[in-house]
Amino acid sequence: MRDVAVIGVGCTEFGEHWSTSFRDLFVTAGALALEDAGISGEKIDALYVGNMSAGRFVEQEHIGALIADYAGLASNHVPSTRVEAACASGGLAFRQAVISVASGMEDIVVAAGVEKMTDVGTGASVDMLASAADREWEGFAGATFPGLYAMIANDYMHRYPLTREQLAAVAVKNHENGAKNPIAQFRNRITIDTVLSSSMVADPLRLFDCSPITDGAAAVVVVPLERAREFTDSPVRVLASAQASDTIALHDRRDISTLDATVAAGKRAFAQAGLAQKDIDLVEVHDCFTIAEICAIEDLGFCKKGEAGRLTAEGATALNGDIPVNTSGGLKACGHPVGATGIKQICEVVTQLRGDAGARQVDAEIGMTHNVGGTGATVVVHILGA
Amino acid sequence: MVGIYSYGVYIPRYRIKVPEIARVWGANADDITRGLGVFEKSVPDLDEDTATIAVEAARAALRRRKIDTGAIGAVYVGSESHPYAVKPTACTVGEAIGATPNMTAADYEFACKAGTAGLQTCMGLVRSKMIPFGIAIGADVAQGAPGDALEYTAAAGGAAFVVGEGETIADINRTCSFTTDTPDFWRREGQSYPRHGGRFTGDPGYFKHVQGAARLMFDAMGTGPKDYDYAVFHQPNAKFPQRVAKMLGFTDAQIRPGLVVPKLGNTYSGSSMIGLAATLDVAKPDERIFVTSFGSGAGSDAFDITVTDVIESEAFDRAAAPAVEKLLANPIYLDYALYAKHKGKIVMQK
Repeated sequence: MRDVAVIGVGCTEFGEHWSTSFRDLFVTAGALALEDAGISGEKIDALYVGNMSAGRFVEQEHIGALIADYAGLASNHVPSTRVEAACASGGLAFRQAVISVASGMEDIVVAAGVEKMTDVGTGASVDMLASAADREWEGFAGATFPGLYAMIANDYMHRYPLTREQLAAVAVKNHENGAKNPIAQFRNRITIDTVLSSSMVADPLRLFDCSPITDGAAAVVVVPLERAREFTDSPVRVLASAQASDTIALHDRRDISTLDATVAAGKRAFAQAGLAQKDIDLVEVHDCFTIAEICAIEDLGFCKKGEAGRLTAEGATALNGDIPVNTSGGLKACGHPVGATGIKQICEVVTQLRGDAGARQVDAEIGMTHNVGGTGATVVVHILGA
Repeated sequence: MVGIYSYGVYIPRYRIKVPEIARVWGANADDITRGLGVFEKSVPDLDEDTATIAVEAARAALRRRKIDTGAIGAVYVGSESHPYAVKPTACTVGEAIGATPNMTAADYEFACKAGTAGLQTCMGLVRSKMIPFGIAIGADVAQGAPGDALEYTAAAGGAAFVVGEGETIADINRTCSFTTDTPDFWRREGQSYPRHGGRFTGDPGYFKHVQGAARLMFDAMGTGPKDYDYAVFHQPNAKFPQRVAKMLGFTDAQIRPGLVVPKLGNTYSGSSMIGLAATLDVAKPDERIFVTSFGSGAGSDAFDITVTDVIESEAFDRAAAPAVEKLLANPIYLDYALYAKHKGKIVMQK
């Protein structure tokens, strides 16, 4: 197995791209990543593209070939593969690229993620996202993602001392970080009261507890570490790539307030890298809802179960805290184009490790990403080092 | 100069409060009221439709000023809810006000801006001396599907403007339009209720087109927000016109007299025209009014208007027809059941 490094990252602005198509989003992100890596398209050996549901969002399947074509690579006959694991599609696409390079099969590989969600109405979008849960046992019974995460929140708040205000502090912190991120969908600061007075979505989750519907794309270029210096002076090493699965339905879990796949993927990643939580300088976690960030921080082992709310409210996860969480603004403020989110997390950590994060820069040498599909049926965790 | 000779408004007396609609659909009334800035909306009576509203508005305009109805050479009615798919509302209005048969007439549809499109048509016909007077009407019994976001605002009402040249109560200094093919809101043939693109109706629809037309006008006239005493925008809710006014540099004070939506709702084709009428209700000679309509699909018509001293002369009797403020006073409130009956939402037999 070869060591792998990231040599280029690129991300579109996240938001409502009314006048930009699915393919244009991808091409924009891809071009930014190639430019950042200083390579041209004909050097690419393979593409892995994370996308959850273009077939339903824009009625386009066969995404791998489409993207290779519109990236100008059709005549090179570059292998291009679409990867799908709901909201973890991006993280999984990155993992496939890493495995490909590590195995020695391919050298210069682009991992990308893209989702165009605003071509359909909100109701249709919510239903499409619900297909990441168990359609027969959850979706047909009326469960949507806000509903499922609300069940997690209710169970969690019943068992652990998490207050509504502490939960809101997650969104406040992520908007604070988003305000410093030029690609973030929401760059406005909010208060605890903003969250608590927003519309109820699924008790106890309110509008500002939920990540938005977003268009966006992100891409990264990975190569064998031994070749990284050909392209850049600041390669970022992939120290661990871990993935875990769990039951697709929430009700089949041992414990709905703990995402066991996060626990498993986190442990595998730490073992691969030979690192512990204290070695991680920042982490991008999958905060599709505020409760998800609380669970993620704990399930990755950064604190004990039941402590993440208090630590968040105390500022431990802020930019200047002990463990900065979601410096990008997270899914909540940066936005959540489902297939692109996992790649955006990689982009953010690479940007931080290179020291290019501007106003949201933290002091970091090692960063982690945590990308979740569904309510935790797929979890992908990566550790990256400067 | 070509301009407004007279104007009239009609608003049905019935209302339903937004919280009553929210109650039926299990929605949070405070969130919706706060989100829209709309508290209640007008509801037509059982026997009221776009034709009756258009006739009432036209008659109100003719009460305010003696005009030889035989000299009215054109009637245009803009609406999304013409009673007939084929058979013009405009002929009914022409007949009711005594303008037939030496006149042209047509029904217009351009979502919420068909009325101002009629106003532009009348301006052209009058300015080219093809007709002495024309009447442009925007009227709707607006449709909103049960439970849809539109249902909280879709209201009933209309305004009529008599366009002529010479002794106008308000000169229309210029009009210009900004139009694109933007599918933000639509209703197909045979469908009972319009559909919309959710948030897509905002930035790519309303805000792009209203600002587009407004800025065309500023450029054409060499003006800016400070040159106007009042501004009126299409008002599907209270938030959109307030936001676009701020984006363009108008103040709350400038839009206040014409912001009728909080207690009226969205009268679709009537919306910006009733806003203009409410502004003319209080405007004084030499005051200048900036008007921009919006119709989904999508386009905006902007008008630069200067009130003349005729508005306070003996030739014009503003008090001969009720002001918008009076039409909005003393409503009769309906519960959702009666509202559903009034709106024909109860299907007795199919």
